[in-house]
Amino acid sequence: MTFGGGPLGHPGDLIPLQGPRGSRLVRDRDALRSTAVALLSTVIVFAALGLLVVNAPGWAAVQRSFFNGAVFAKSLPAIVGAFWVNVQLFLLAEVLILVLGLVLAILRSLPGPVFFPVRLMAMIYTDIFRALPGVLVIYILGFGMPGLGIEAIPREPFFWAVVSLTLIYSAYVSEVYRAGIESIHPSQEAAARSLGLSRVQSLRYVIVPQAIRRVIPPLLNDFIGLQKDTVLVSYVGVVEIFRQSYIKQAANFNFTPYIATALVFLVVTIPLARLTDVLVQRDRRRAATSSR
Amino acid sequence: MRTPFRFAAALALTGALVGACSGAASPTPVPSPAPSVAPSAAPSIAATPAASPSEAAVLSPSPDPCAPANLKLVKAGAFTVGTDNPAYPPYFAPREGGNTSPWEGDFVGDPTTGQGFESAVAYAVADKLGFAKEKVAWIAVKFDNSYAPGPKAFDVYVAQVSYKPERAQTADLSDGYYFVNQAVVTLKSSPLAKATRISELAAYKFGAQAGTTSYDMIVNTIKPTKDPAVFDSNDAAITALKNKQIDGIVVDLPTAFFMTAVQLDNGVIVGQFPAPTGPDAEHFSMVLAKDSPLTGCVNQALAALKADGTLAQITKTWLSDKASAPAFKP
Repeated sequence: MTFGGGPLGHPGDLIPLQGPRGSRLVRDRDALRSTAVALLSTVIVFAALGLLVVNAPGWAAVQRSFFNGAVFAKSLPAIVGAFWVNVQLFLLAEVLILVLGLVLAILRSLPGPVFFPVRLMAMIYTDIFRALPGVLVIYILGFGMPGLGIEAIPREPFFWAVVSLTLIYSAYVSEVYRAGIESIHPSQEAAARSLGLSRVQSLRYVIVPQAIRRVIPPLLNDFIGLQKDTVLVSYVGVVEIFRQSYIKQAANFNFTPYIATALVFLVVTIPLARLTDVLVQRDRRRAATSSR
Repeated sequence: MRTPFRFAAALALTGALVGACSGAASPTPVPSPAPSVAPSAAPSIAATPAASPSEAAVLSPSPDPCAPANLKLVKAGAFTVGTDNPAYPPYFAPREGGNTSPWEGDFVGDPTTGQGFESAVAYAVADKLGFAKEKVAWIAVKFDNSYAPGPKAFDVYVAQVSYKPERAQTADLSDGYYFVNQAVVTLKSSPLAKATRISELAAYKFGAQAGTTSYDMIVNTIKPTKDPAVFDSNDAAITALKNKQIDGIVVDLPTAFFMTAVQLDNGVIVGQFPAPTGPDAEHFSMVLAKDSPLTGCVNQALAALKADGTLAQITKTWLSDKASAPAFKP
């Protein structure tokens, strides 16, 4: 396997640990010291920033408007309740995105002149949906499609929200898949073909499984993006977490509900971001060991 | 070595953040509703008849705090009024021959005309405070910005803002200048159009503009079985109604008249909710900076406009008679 694996590998991060500095004891002491320094500097920086904010002339007003305990307690249940709509949205959309994105990536990776129109269409699709701002797609589909007045076309804004998010994110995700597929060394396909696998079989059994493993971290990254973008569907009338916090905000003339909403997103996305990091690290370690 | 280091740093970071946040939030939990400097909070439409005699007493001490020269204004010498853009009829009427910038639009209002209910009220208040028409400056301010912390760009903000005690903790809200009824609008073809009782409404899907008391009306009074839809603007709600994504829109009655007259081809007002009564009844207030010294003067001006019949006259000129829309039975 190649060193530094995957499109996300930063070869620079792979400096061997056993340097000229030698003994384990010295390394442990170094580690302890750097951790202490990091802690101290972090505390100092944040204390300074905190003091700066708290002593700003408008802090009292900002605190009243953004960090109001009573408003927080009053609005949190409704906000968390509304988040369930976002959860349904991103779970449903993510499944569709992973499937559609892979299909698009494979279509774009089909070799040979015969498949040129297919590649072209897949390319146009990804170009369009990566170019358009998400709000526009949601607005156009959410209000435009039901506006056609065709009975068979669903009117539910939730339905069109799922469709819009799937269209937008499958374009991104297909590019991630494609990067993964292209990162697999051509020798892999050559080997598969020499074993008698057809082109499709080698894609199915050799290339794609390896590619998907490599792109799991960037896929998780896009998943986090998708979670945040679910708030865009508030534009077509769905009362989800952002809209609910806006309602609470306007009812109280107080922006604390936004802070509550921000916390909900932090609670959900930070663990996922950590998980992504862990996966990247594991991949890197595996690549490093297998290359020795 | 890299891993534990980064992890520790991340931990420390989150720790510091959490510490900073809770530290910020905990010491002063709720802003105790400051002993109001200006007579701001209590709505006093009900007390109108009593207002004029007491007014004389307020005005008698020689340096009049409400004289134009003594007022602390955003822009000296001018009375700056903020409102949302677009400004809608019947609160703001379009200018014949085209609206001035930034109020462009075909059938939306231009506040600088003095035409339209709130435009007229703002100019009347300015007049009572001693500002001639040309001394009134209008600026476009988004609703949320009217109560965001920080210095205000306006002296008063006039945009159908309903009084709520919670809101009065963040901004000064003037005495009311209009008691507002909420109403239901739908298409003539909808089965909802035949509803006459509030209890019949629960089966339908309603939409409203986000952050409005109309939405509260859906949740608290109609209590529908289907989740209400909420939109950025009434225009978006109208689109959804035409698309049959919702069965009806809840809006304030004057806007309902405008919608059915101008914005919807086959629109109809199904009914209005019972007229609000008492001092807590929903009413429109002007928004001012919290503890603004101007609030008392604006309230004085409003009281004078009520006492001399000007407000009633403006209301009659610009807003359709409430009685011309059917009222829901419980």
